[in-house]
Amino acid sequence: MFSSPVSARALCLYASLLTLSVPAGAADGEAIIQKGGANPAAMPCMSCHGVDGKGMAAGGFPRLAGLPEAYIAKQLADFKAGRRENPLMQPIAQALGDAEAAAVAKAYASQPKVSIKAGPVERPKEGSGAWLALRGAWERNIPECTLCHGPAGVGVGDVFPPLAGQSAEYIEAQLRAWRGTPAQLAGKKSKALAAVPATRRNDPNGLMQHIAADLSEAEIKAVSAYFAGLGESTEPFDESQHRLR
Amino acid sequence: MKITLRRLTAALLPLLAAHAMAADSPRNARLDDQTQLPTAPARPAGKAYFQPPAEADIPNNAFGDLVRRGQDLFMNTKALVPEYVGNEMNCVNCHIDRGRKANSAPLWAAYTMYPAFRKKNNKVNTFVERMQGCFQFSMNGKAPAADSEVLAALTAYAYWMSSGVPIGKVQPGRGFDEPPPPRGGYDIARGKAVYEKQCALCHGDDGAGKKVGATSVFPPLWGKDSYNWGAGMHRINTAAGFIQHNMPLGRGETLSDQEAWDVAAYVNAHERPQDPRLVNGDIDETRKRYHADDGVNLYGVIVDGRKLGQGVK
Repeated sequence: MFSSPVSARALCLYASLLTLSVPAGAADGEAIIQKGGANPAAMPCMSCHGVDGKGMAAGGFPRLAGLPEAYIAKQLADFKAGRRENPLMQPIAQALGDAEAAAVAKAYASQPKVSIKAGPVERPKEGSGAWLALRGAWERNIPECTLCHGPAGVGVGDVFPPLAGQSAEYIEAQLRAWRGTPAQLAGKKSKALAAVPATRRNDPNGLMQHIAADLSEAEIKAVSAYFAGLGESTEPFDESQHRLR
Repeated sequence: MKITLRRLTAALLPLLAAHAMAADSPRNARLDDQTQLPTAPARPAGKAYFQPPAEADIPNNAFGDLVRRGQDLFMNTKALVPEYVGNEMNCVNCHIDRGRKANSAPLWAAYTMYPAFRKKNNKVNTFVERMQGCFQFSMNGKAPAADSEVLAALTAYAYWMSSGVPIGKVQPGRGFDEPPPPRGGYDIARGKAVYEKQCALCHGDDGAGKKVGATSVFPPLWGKDSYNWGAGMHRINTAAGFIQHNMPLGRGETLSDQEAWDVAAYVNAHERPQDPRLVNGDIDETRKRYHADDGVNLYGVIVDGRKLGQGVK
């Protein structure tokens, strides 16, 4: 099988290096995604986030495929610590060991990123979701989403996650999680509702809080639909080309 | 370091107030276009800043096409005209909201102030010459020709945005509304702490900004891809105004005047591309001629044992 003893030895050395690079007891991210963690409460990620890691719109489960490793790791830590509240995800994050969480973050980060075609300069209509995404509402100090989340919402670095590739359900839910719900007075047919405090408080420097708080319900829906509607291109984007704003 | 800078600030303040400007040789007149027009008046209480026309009101004709081209260039300067941009900056980086936001040097408050006679270069500068200065210094590039399509489009955009602004009347919101120099001066070390807490998230610990593929998203604040030593933003007072009103994005006017000055000093105490007006290859001579009376700046000043103004390529 081997043409020379040298190459056989080299192969053995290579194999032993591979073994070394996965120390005993290290978590296998891909296995956790498919089969769950050591603790049965750590359910397989793919049961909600999809076989391809692209999430499930109907349940509001986000895409994780191709998100930055550090971003996913931070979210898991924040769920665990309660800085990001979610009745489904918090118990799972708590059941994942530190090494398992790190391995899952790494495995999802290595999956394909969302690919968005670079189009010509967009000319959004004032008041539309596209307008908020590309122009913002500076009279309320709301920057255009793409200013921080990158042109076409493809995400920037470890801190600003991609908005492209996420469902409207998920983006809406996050904006509401940052905003909380103001108290409502009793109406003719409705009961008074107590204010619900923000359930997501893990945005660096509080950058998202005031933006979410200053968006109307209609704006939240429109801007979420805009990013959800960008779709995904089957062709990879040539990163040496500019994306236009 | 602290003591030196405090003393330095104290020494520079009277100059800043007096705004004494030396006349320059005609050879450098076109390059030497970085001073400020008269300070903008405060916004009268209860009165809104000038509201530029809506994008939807750009007419659908040849003129409107040129205005839209100007806006595209304004937002995508590096991508669309890389031949004129030597760094990773776009017009919109310093002129937030496509040049519309008050106290972010809005175009509607600039356009109607030109042509203007300026003591500094002893000549009348047109709006086009002012924009050429942006390309030369803030973009560390090559100025497009006065009759170029690029400057025609940017002029059309600024002209359209200024619809309804009285000619020659200084508007509240013009420039960056610089906060007054803090009583105790500024402190670079304190500015570093502000930077790490509030700015590094987007602009990076190394000040290099962040890109997506080829496209710059968060602009570099120092180093080879940032504005050069001749740009107006290299003045600590100017940067302090920009920062106080506009940074962090969406959370403008949350830093105190002191924090804005401190962090502006920290940013502008880093190396950046050389001032293209460099005189005889000599930093001291260049400081004397172009920087000594130009607001508060650190060009040619020794900080941490190193003379700033070396330039980086």
